Amino acid sequence: MSAPTTSATKKHQGPRESLFSRSGAMLVMAICTFYFLVPIWWLFVAATKDRGDFTSSAPLWFADFNLIENIVNLANYRDGLFFQWMLNSILYAGAGAAVATLFATMMGYALAKYSFPGRETLFNVVLGGVLVPATALALPLFLVFSQVGATNTFWSVFLPSIVSPFGVYLARIYATSSVPDELVEAARIDGSGEIRTFFTVATRLMTPAMVTIFLFQFVTIWNNFFLPLIMLRDEKLFPVTLGLYIWNSQVNQIPEIRAYVSSAHCCRSSRSSSLSSACSASGAVG
Amino acid sequence: MANRIARAGGALMLVSVLALSACSSGTGTDGGTDAAGCTPSDGPVTLDFTTWLPGMEDAAAIWNEKNPDIQVKVQTGPNGLGGTYKNFFNQIEAGNAPDLGQIEYDALPNFRVQDGVVNIAECAGVMDAQDDFIDWTWSQVTFGEDDAVYAIPQDTGPEALFYRADLFEQAGIAIPTTWDEYAEAAKTIRAEGGYITNFSQSDINAFAGLVWQADGQWFKNDGEAWDVTLDSPESTMVADYWQGLLDDDLVATLPAWTDEWNNGYNSGEVWSWVSAVWGANSITSGAPDTAGNWAVAPMPQWTEGDSAAGNWGGSSTAVLKGSEHPYEAAQFALWLNTDPEALASMNATANIYPATKTGGDLPAFSEGLDFFGGQNIYDVFAAAGAEVNPDFTWGPTMTQVYTDVADGFSGAISGSSTLTDALKTGQQKTIDAMKAAAIAVNE
Repeated sequence: MSAPTTSATKKHQGPRESLFSRSGAMLVMAICTFYFLVPIWWLFVAATKDRGDFTSSAPLWFADFNLIENIVNLANYRDGLFFQWMLNSILYAGAGAAVATLFATMMGYALAKYSFPGRETLFNVVLGGVLVPATALALPLFLVFSQVGATNTFWSVFLPSIVSPFGVYLARIYATSSVPDELVEAARIDGSGEIRTFFTVATRLMTPAMVTIFLFQFVTIWNNFFLPLIMLRDEKLFPVTLGLYIWNSQVNQIPEIRAYVSSAHCCRSSRSSSLSSACSASGAVG
Repeated sequence: MANRIARAGGALMLVSVLALSACSSGTGTDGGTDAAGCTPSDGPVTLDFTTWLPGMEDAAAIWNEKNPDIQVKVQTGPNGLGGTYKNFFNQIEAGNAPDLGQIEYDALPNFRVQDGVVNIAECAGVMDAQDDFIDWTWSQVTFGEDDAVYAIPQDTGPEALFYRADLFEQAGIAIPTTWDEYAEAAKTIRAEGGYITNFSQSDINAFAGLVWQADGQWFKNDGEAWDVTLDSPESTMVADYWQGLLDDDLVATLPAWTDEWNNGYNSGEVWSWVSAVWGANSITSGAPDTAGNWAVAPMPQWTEGDSAAGNWGGSSTAVLKGSEHPYEAAQFALWLNTDPEALASMNATANIYPATKTGGDLPAFSEGLDFFGGQNIYDVFAAAGAEVNPDFTWGPTMTQVYTDVADGFSGAISGSSTLTDALKTGQQKTIDAMKAAAIAVNE
């Protein structure tokens, strides 16, 4: 019984590679892994050091373990401003991505399921929007928000964040292939309005795409640095990326914040890297 | 459920529209008043002040308590070149700049040329304050124009020589008082296995400080057009001197402000540093293991017996174009940069070294520091501050100058070019950049 199974698996695996090429591949992978992990390791180790050890001890190994103390100092520095920034980032990125997902899904669904004049033109314009970098739009947006006196507000960062042309593209492709016309038709015959059909039928089928759009947009907003840099002046509104950049630019003035910046970066990056890995995983699903 | 989501979505839209219209009634976007009409506003005013000095709220809180009708709101951002200057220009363009902004001396001409700062000479008390400030700082904010004051000096960075007293003594080297002696000492130190100092390829303003000390000029404005003299004889002399040290491998070339650079000082590989008064913080944090072994002496001189000093860094507080309350803004700027309580607060939170003549008398500057073996280093810097040439002028395109000269300097470090060539190239590129910006240049 066991013999045929093994032979079947063997057949499935194909010809066995030589030890040499296998270990060669492993070596390359190991070097890559090392290369990608070292900066994160360094960040973690640096976050555990006090200011003196930071420059004088071996950069990739622990000196006196001060992680807790550093984090406590970070929490106390300027009345816990860092956590306010984290909260802001989560709000900008979380709420922004949720609204962006809703809008993108609606539009993608509409483009996929309704035929109307100018549909392809509209889609192409949106697709073109994917190619316009957010950085290039920051200054025009600043001038627009200045016109209505809304710079340096929560909305100046939030509103531009709820636009996701890539999400529209993804939602359209996904809706075309996963929401059958027959189903929409059936819903209509059963007396469901268009909006109700969208929320009760289409979104159920489009959930994988929506999760992907949400995560992509979350990471995009989280990492968007230039827009808050231009829009915001009140430090209570800063997202964590901008706040840390500003602290980092003050290190020469106030050397003690150096330790905070590295431990703050450590807290922040552990969060966003776990998110981005979640994102790439779901991207594969979507 | 569908309805609930739809309703929630609608409510959200409504909220954002409301928020937008609510905000639009806030700050006005009218142009500012001219200096000629610098009169107090009616009723209470609120001033926005953007600065990257940490802890400015503390100083503002002192003011706000004493002046209930002129409330100052502090806003922050990255340091000037890190984005705040760009933001200022964008905000001036959009008509919603803060009333007050921190501007470094080397960026001030750019704001003057682009008409971004208000002339506050007519505002009460401004002209009278001239005598309170160190002479050279005042000429930085007036550009030598009559009846013009474009900012109130805030802090300065007079330069001196930080050196490892213990190592110099062990090697039997006398503290160099001239640049020739400094070069001689460099040879001895190299023979001991160390470097006398580090030459930074990126800190072009530090190099400018050395040229400043040598009585050199990079820019001059005769009221109509600019002279650009990056390759002036004094500037070339300084460049040749450092090129000689580089050629003989007598100075380290660690990238400045990196951990490598810190480690160079911390490990005792690099023995001295010509730097500004704020450099004391950098060295204290960067080289903690060498505590107690440092000392400060006046800068080496080009001519024996001189006492010339350079300056590296320093900021001013300017009233930005578009401010509706230049009078109140000027009053705050004056108070902030002259009042002992305000200066002490800024020194405590941001380590600033004041630009006033009496600023050196603050209690914070009267004690010896353990890191420097108990020496009161501020005496040296106070003396240096009084010796800084008041005629040095920054150009209107310093960001470009720094970038272009730094490009050339890194070529010199790698051996493919020289510092003098870098200045020549920088000279030409600066003239081109100024012409491109429609700024008149004498050639």
